[in-house]
Amino acid sequence: MRCVRCKATASVEVRRHNAAYCGPHFLEWFEHQVQRAVDRDRMFTRSDRVLVAVSGGKDSLVLWDVLLRLGYRATGLHLNLGIGEYSRLSQEKCESFARERGVELVVVDLPATCGVGVEELARLTGRVACSACGLSKRYLFNKVALEYGFDVVATAHNLDDEAAVLLSNLISGNVEALARQAPVLERTHPALVKKVKPLYRIAERETAAYAVLRGIDYVLDECPRSVGARTLLLKEALNLLERDAPGTKQSLYWNFLEKLRPLLQDHQAPLPVRSCLHCGQPTTAEVCAFCRMTERAAAKLRVRTLPSPHPVASLP
Amino acid sequence: MKVRIRHQRREVEVHGARHVREVLDQLDLNPETVLVIRRNELLTLDAPVSEEDELEIRPVVSGGDHAVREV
Repeated sequence: MRCVRCKATASVEVRRHNAAYCGPHFLEWFEHQVQRAVDRDRMFTRSDRVLVAVSGGKDSLVLWDVLLRLGYRATGLHLNLGIGEYSRLSQEKCESFARERGVELVVVDLPATCGVGVEELARLTGRVACSACGLSKRYLFNKVALEYGFDVVATAHNLDDEAAVLLSNLISGNVEALARQAPVLERTHPALVKKVKPLYRIAERETAAYAVLRGIDYVLDECPRSVGARTLLLKEALNLLERDAPGTKQSLYWNFLEKLRPLLQDHQAPLPVRSCLHCGQPTTAEVCAFCRMTERAAAKLRVRTLPSPHPVASLP
Repeated sequence: MKVRIRHQRREVEVHGARHVREVLDQLDLNPETVLVIRRNELLTLDAPVSEEDELEIRPVVSGGDHAVREV
């Protein structure tokens, strides 16, 4: 197979575009796709301060790398979830990445912030680990972005992630979630920072290829708590379709964004956003979901480790 | 040839495959879910392979639940 640009031996095939690229032309194509998403969806500009949520996995470190190469003011934010060796290694990868490039990384330690790690938090509150993890991330990313004055939070959700969530929301008929699923969530309230997903045009296999070609050192092991997660099952099903019908994931998600989502805008939850009585963060309830979760866990532990009203992040 | 499958933490011997596609077929792996690497070089499905090669198969799928909700 030959590179469609220079006819050298190809390294990466992009079947959904009926194309293949050599290493250098693949990197060029990849960065162009990210730039196109940022521009087309008006995610941010070069004067904005972007907070990139980094887990230490391939997608988030690739996103951070690309944004820096494209000249954006991108700072990393890593949340240590307190999952033993996995979390230690994940933080180490993020710190090495930041050190090698001389860029700033904010680290939030979940056990230090609310007394327990994400597994214990889930166990004490009867949630599955991924749910406690997702809730903690959404809360803390927004809180840190506000406290440090960032304009936008960027997460590394890729085409596969978005297609799997879309399928899940379709299966469960979750109209509100479908109406909100988009590459950009605008700042609808002064305390809700804008959120963007610059990798939504790129498949997971392509971010992995980019990481290998750029020599980005990431955590290869999966989070030990995600084994058997529903998302993985949905991705497997979509990848079976993709194998025999290239472009399925892209058509599913892009057609949804272009043709179906506009029909759902009446279903955007019109609930008023207010300040949480306990922590002041935006919520639609009296007390936000994160405070309710951490307070329930604290009550079970019989200790008073309510979420701190003080800054939770530490700069190295 | 020697094939190291990273996500299953195992190393297997594959014989008789002439192209990457046949290696993945023999191991019953969906090409959409892995990268095939030989000496730091990424290989496409039609790339020829030989018995002397040592290949690494790296998973690309990561999971966890990414429900779209606001706090």
